[in-house]
Amino acid sequence: MTGVESAVERYLKLIGEADEYGAIDLVVGLIDEGVPAEDVLLRVVAAGQRRVGELWAANDWSVAREHGATAVSERAVAAIAGRVRPTPTRGRVTVACADGEYHALPTRMLAEVLRLRGWRVDFLGASVPGPHLITHLHQTGPDVVALGCMIATRLPRAHATIAACRAVGVPVLAGGAAFGPDGRFARLLGADAWAPTADAAADRLAAGLPSFAAGSDGEVHLGDEEYGYLTRHRADVLARVLDLLRESYAPMGGYSERQLEHTAEDLGHIADFLAAALYVHDTSLFTDFVTWTCEVLTARKVPAASVVLGLRLFRDVLADCPRARALLAEGIEAATAARPSGDSPARVT
Amino acid sequence: MRGATGSANAGAARATPGDVAALLDGSDEGIVLCDAGGVVLLANAAAVRMAPEIVPGGPVPSELCPAGSDTVTYGGRVIRVRTEAVGDHRALYLSEVPSLPRRTEFLLEAARRLFASLHPRRCARAAVDLGAEFLCDVAVVVLPPATNRRVEWVRAAAGRPAPEEGVLPLATALQVPGLNDALAGLTHGSGGRQDAGAVPDWLLPDGFGPAGDLLVFPLPGNSVPAGAMALVRRADRPPFDEEALAMARDLASRAGAALSAAMLFREQSAINTILIDGLLPPDLPEVEGMRLGGRLRSSQQAGAVGGDFYDVYLPETGAGHGIESGIVERPPLIILGDVCGKGARAAVLAGQVRQSLRALLLLESRPVRLLQLLNRSLLASPAPNSYVTLILAALREAPGEHVLVDLAVAGHPAPLVLRGDGTVEEVPARGSLLGALKKTVLRPVTVDLAPGEVCLLYSDGITEAFGGPTGREMFGEERLKDALATCRGMPVDALVERLEQISSEWLAGGQQDDRALLAVRAGGQEPATGTTTGATTGATMVWAETTG
Repeated sequence: MTGVESAVERYLKLIGEADEYGAIDLVVGLIDEGVPAEDVLLRVVAAGQRRVGELWAANDWSVAREHGATAVSERAVAAIAGRVRPTPTRGRVTVACADGEYHALPTRMLAEVLRLRGWRVDFLGASVPGPHLITHLHQTGPDVVALGCMIATRLPRAHATIAACRAVGVPVLAGGAAFGPDGRFARLLGADAWAPTADAAADRLAAGLPSFAAGSDGEVHLGDEEYGYLTRHRADVLARVLDLLRESYAPMGGYSERQLEHTAEDLGHIADFLAAALYVHDTSLFTDFVTWTCEVLTARKVPAASVVLGLRLFRDVLADCPRARALLAEGIEAATAARPSGDSPARVT
Repeated sequence: MRGATGSANAGAARATPGDVAALLDGSDEGIVLCDAGGVVLLANAAAVRMAPEIVPGGPVPSELCPAGSDTVTYGGRVIRVRTEAVGDHRALYLSEVPSLPRRTEFLLEAARRLFASLHPRRCARAAVDLGAEFLCDVAVVVLPPATNRRVEWVRAAAGRPAPEEGVLPLATALQVPGLNDALAGLTHGSGGRQDAGAVPDWLLPDGFGPAGDLLVFPLPGNSVPAGAMALVRRADRPPFDEEALAMARDLASRAGAALSAAMLFREQSAINTILIDGLLPPDLPEVEGMRLGGRLRSSQQAGAVGGDFYDVYLPETGAGHGIESGIVERPPLIILGDVCGKGARAAVLAGQVRQSLRALLLLESRPVRLLQLLNRSLLASPAPNSYVTLILAALREAPGEHVLVDLAVAGHPAPLVLRGDGTVEEVPARGSLLGALKKTVLRPVTVDLAPGEVCLLYSDGITEAFGGPTGREMFGEERLKDALATCRGMPVDALVERLEQISSEWLAGGQQDDRALLAVRAGGQEPATGTTTGATTGATMVWAETTG
């Protein structure tokens, strides 16, 4: 085990206890020992945060503990940034999270990596509304925007932001899990470039991006009538699914107000991922979400059958939406495949 | 078809084959006659011009033989092909679809790029890019000289990836012939053409070679010039012709308009930034024995200010402190409030409230008395509707890492307290809003926070957010309390962020009000959450929380 790998274990333990000073001492100590700051960011902090996500998914860590760990990592990143201050030698880049995207830490780390590589960086933070971002672009005139998006349900809004940036002549590099493991949604939504990791993004930006890339690359087909219907009538669709669920799932009769609300929220996630899959015309976006949800629920001793039930009810309600129904059928298949697993497949020991 | 070669009208003169050939050659449409095997029998001049490979006796190029009528690309030309049967033969009628004239393409691109950005340097980059792409080998924009007698320049060279930028002493820049006059907005009889032999080294990129032709134009602005532009062609290229000169003048006038708009925007947004600087929420300082966390979201889409505000007032330190200075000693103090209205007008009043308190705090430290004084000052304000709701909290350290919070609440939603066991209490402090009535009724309360316990101040933008699964429901105090209860053991930063996130998700992109959250947690070190287990996702629920 190398020094960096053992540091990840120690780092994970410290952030798991929300030990802010301990975590900061660790990362700053590594830098003082001569470990490059970029390695500390990507191979210790980012690696630790990936484990946090897995531990949450496996129900080993509570939401509170996960949020606490993430808050400590935010401070650790700030401490690293305070320790190493390179002189800007490259252009200016604006780094922001897509509108509605609150998972800011990966994007924040990209901002720090770019700073370390000599860029002048403006980091605008979590959930940046389009008009804020565009105003910033007019005021500062950066060479490029790096847009982070982790949850696929934000893709339609990320699309609007990408188009707005390109319209004012600033190219966009997209990154984050929402754009797909191979970045296919980044290309689809018109981003000028995509990178799977922060260091790959820095390499890509070093090669430069043109300000006004080819104007109209032909109209990309995004969204459709069914997407429009589902987003406009989201509340009605959810209400009808909930009514059906109440009829077909007896224990719901005994639910408290809060439990009913949580149920509605979780059905809302299904609606939102379904809408996103309709928007980008991609089945795996939806089936991956279903599989992942089943894993998370199984880890919490909730049977995946409940997901199958929910998807069926959506399919019944969306009688006039053939594309949505086809996606739901695929989702039902994915959830059925996930069912037999007694132990959580995502469990991290 | 009438009166062809085989006319029945005996006695009239007949058209000779030479006449027919001349007739066909006079047509702009390409005409090809071929037999059933696709061998060319006859082709007019227009057809040969479009496709020189067409010769009588040879085959018709297969690209020009679509199944029916179609538009094909052949030899770089876009050609519309119409096929007709003529007896046993086949006739092809070819017409070239004109590509956009260069000038039109230039105008379209200029319109798209020049006015896209309101940032002067980006505008200049767009202008030189257009110049290098459509007109010349090197295009340079020189921005108006700054007060320090230096100028910024932006340069694009044809075939090189990104424009370059730099700063020069004005005197060096002025070695470019005609630049001095152009920067002053003057052109002479030369129509912009200058002596290419006198081009200084700085104007051209390394390895460019000698300049052959040079144009220098002013960039006309809002009554003052927005800079100047130089366009250079290499010695081995033909000089600028009349058409190129017209395009260059056009580029200069459009770039000037775009640049001057961008400069105006820069000036105004610089003023704006200075003005709103004092209205933005402060960075939260480190306070001994406790932790602070805050979040503020404005309802305004493009602006960052609104009617919600918070602030922190640390005790006076340094010289002049003590009884003799007349300045009272007090603990750190935090406020969170909401002024009537939204946007910039509300933000100005919020800023006044924050400043008034800063002054009052030099002389007074009792929360209730402070609010009464603030009320008097608001009543005296000439601005109409100067109503403010406010929470004021003095934070006193107590033994055992406890914090005593002295709360005065004026017409504002009461703060919530998250206890160590995860229960959430509403603080029973009450009072009337400020700026409305001479007499204020205030019932202050002191809350004792044990280490790790949190007192949360928030604005009604949080609880009165409409959304939820139905899109029509108010978030409400109960949901906020439930959400706060799930935050036990979280660092205070994570806590306010989580609450803001929950509230934003409730809104689901709907119309939002200004929203503010400010939390104080007792104890200097963040709590160890390692032992807290996942009570937040109830196993009785069919649908556990599915996003992290």
